[in-house]
Amino acid sequence: MTLKDATAIVGIGRTPFARHLAEDERTLACRAVLAALDDAGIAPGEVDALASYTMEETDEVELAKAVGLGDLTFFSKAGYGGGGSCATVAHLAAAIASGQASVGVAWRSRKRGSGPRPWTNTTVQLPTPAQWTRPFGLLRPADEIAMLTRRYLHEYGATRDHLFNVALACRNRANQNPAAIMYDRPLTREMYMSSRWISEPLCLFDNCLETDGALACVLVSRERARDCPNTPVYVHSAAQGLPAQHHGMVNYWNDDPLTGPAWTAARHLWKHADFTPQDVDVAQIYDAFTSLVPLSLEGYGFCGRGEGGSFTEGGALEIGGRLPINTSGGGLSEAYVHGFNLIDEGVRQLRGTSTAQVPDATTCLVTAGEGVPTSALLLTNRS
Amino acid sequence: MLEPVKDTTGAPFWEYAARGELRVQACADCGELRFPPRPCCPHCQSFAEEWRPVSGRGRVWSYVVPHPPLLPDYAAQAPYNVVVVELEEAPRIRLVGNLVTVAGAPLNSLDPGRIRIGARVHVVFADGLPQWVLS
Ligand SMILES: [Zn+2]
Repeated sequence: MTLKDATAIVGIGRTPFARHLAEDERTLACRAVLAALDDAGIAPGEVDALASYTMEETDEVELAKAVGLGDLTFFSKAGYGGGGSCATVAHLAAAIASGQASVGVAWRSRKRGSGPRPWTNTTVQLPTPAQWTRPFGLLRPADEIAMLTRRYLHEYGATRDHLFNVALACRNRANQNPAAIMYDRPLTREMYMSSRWISEPLCLFDNCLETDGALACVLVSRERARDCPNTPVYVHSAAQGLPAQHHGMVNYWNDDPLTGPAWTAARHLWKHADFTPQDVDVAQIYDAFTSLVPLSLEGYGFCGRGEGGSFTEGGALEIGGRLPINTSGGGLSEAYVHGFNLIDEGVRQLRGTSTAQVPDATTCLVTAGEGVPTSALLLTNRS
Repeated sequence: MLEPVKDTTGAPFWEYAARGELRVQACADCGELRFPPRPCCPHCQSFAEEWRPVSGRGRVWSYVVPHPPLLPDYAAQAPYNVVVVELEEAPRIRLVGNLVTVAGAPLNSLDPGRIRIGARVHVVFADGLPQWVLS
């Protein structure tokens, strides 16, 4: 049995994105799931599989009974927060391809814009490995990734201009997307260079948004997909990645901290694909922080080690460039919904309905959080 | 400030630190150092451990300067530095800490402009926590 193109994403749905939405996370989850099922032309009673990822507060039982799902025969939760986004689709694809279920829904609902910050909840997280970092004031994800970023800039001669290139590409795409929080807010180099620090060397614009919102997608078998109203978007290859001797977020204890989970996921992803990084038309790369993008460009094989910064030069990440990324604006400028918006945007690109459409796009890489145990998908509309 | 919440595997590190000693967990069979502490040697799978004294000399591997919003005790000292120090005798052992002017000085006592990757540092102790000063 192979996963290759055996299943397809046939429905996507989302709520509005905002800094503050009045409805609670469970309600937003229900709205996104129903929107995705409606897009797929599939009744809630036909759903028999669910997948989500950790730090999701809406559980399967509550969701299933609220929206009227059928008897579930498969449900799973991928670990490590933003590293689990693509794994939800991968788990459903495996379940459907192996006959454990027939209609799967993956979702993410978050109130990160108006809810509590996870890092303020220090006591529950302190024992392992936080006892080695938090007492010294390395408190937030921004501080942890800034440490890796400083070393990255030092070791490879990358610059803040390279990080700006990432922030700008995302913002330019958000400026084309009316659903994006930063739709009407252009970014300039001067704004970037003079913005306040969050954790040096990361400034305000190196950090993702804080957003309320929810998204979902619907998966079925390749055969069933032909009966759905939208262009099927096939799950061509999928992988998770947890490298040997990895330590989540604070990978400084790995022998080689600058090669992270992306490298591990990529090896499996490409091994099972009919195409290579050179054939990828558009990519949705997890961007909780700008510096994760050059690391991921290296990890997924778009350039050599240490070349992720220079890869961003000359408009490479923009529409018309070598590898347009995050075409809805990504976590940096559309919405930070733990990376699920990247999955739905990958589907839009391959349907030809993105607000920043890459002409004739047939292949898309979607990645989950780098720096934590991660996951990734290769999507295609080639049948 | 956040006190380290010690798990059973990590507790010896903090007990030695409270006595002003920097020790790292090592495999009692194959001798490999490992950090953070864990129950079993990833190299030879032995459960036998020892806590080996190290010189306390190292180099700055990377550093950051956090700015608010932060937890209140830390916000009061921000911007301050946090460093990752690689040990001189075992560069793959990297410890998170703070670079200060003297033992017990606040987290923001050293001008961040004086910190460089590769700078030589050595360990000091204050209130049971290791800190680092420029050598
Ligand atoms: Zn051993």
